Amino acid sequence: MTLSYFSNLSVGLTSYLLVAAMLFCLGLYGVFAKKNMIAILMSIELMLNAVNINFVAFNRFVWNQTIDIKSIITYDLTGHVAALFIIIVAACEVAVGLALIITVYRNRKTTNVDEFNWLKW
Amino acid sequence: MVVTSKNIMHSALYLALSFAGVAVLYVLMNADYLAAVQLLIYTGGIAIMVVFAIMLTLRGEVCDSNPENGVWGWGAIIAALMFVMIALVIFTNADWRVLAAPWTSGGSAEAISLLLLSKFMIPFEAAAILLTMALVGAVVLAKGVKVSK
Repeated sequence: MTLSYFSNLSVGLTSYLLVAAMLFCLGLYGVFAKKNMIAILMSIELMLNAVNINFVAFNRFVWNQTIDIKSIITYDLTGHVAALFIIIVAACEVAVGLALIITVYRNRKTTNVDEFNWLKW
Repeated sequence: MVVTSKNIMHSALYLALSFAGVAVLYVLMNADYLAAVQLLIYTGGIAIMVVFAIMLTLRGEVCDSNPENGVWGWGAIIAALMFVMIALVIFTNADWRVLAAPWTSGGSAEAISLLLLSKFMIPFEAAAILLTMALVGAVVLAKGVKVSK
């Protein structure tokens, strides 16, 4: 790999993909390393955001197709729609996850995942 | 900052900040509708819910409320390897070294709505049902169900 790979580093697709990869890996580290359940949930949110950035970036930079819906010429924004669905699912996931955390906290008085051993025998 | 802060309240506030940063990225990519949705749902809704959950479940000292577990070194190594791998793929793929074509359309809300209600109508309705079920499930989980006789 020579420097010519890096010479085209104005704000193109590569920059967005790198930012998304960074965000994803920070979320991955958080999922692995954190003890608090809420922190793990936040890390999952970070990873979902990274995926959203990827969707929108590919839609913007690679998928430059125009469509004609009822004589309105616009871009084909399928990536945006996918990102929108991911946002919806993330909202559901956070609602259910926080409800689970509150229930577990009520039973166990802790949110530390290292102390959850119901499924061990 | 989200994953390194020892205080989980600071961590949640940094989470809201990073969501706002992602919204700015959306604006840079001409996705104005998605940026608005991101600001409203993520920084307005999810971050606030996370803060409330933290306040409901916090006990003991807040300054050490977000510790790492014993295997955080392995987690860091795996995440770093993953990042290096993804970065290699990104840098070596010549198809992805493109700059943006000029944007000629207006806002994206109209196109998204047309697409959502025509081509992606079934997933749209399914997402609506999923949202309703998740809300009901969250209420049932958090409140508890009385066992009927």
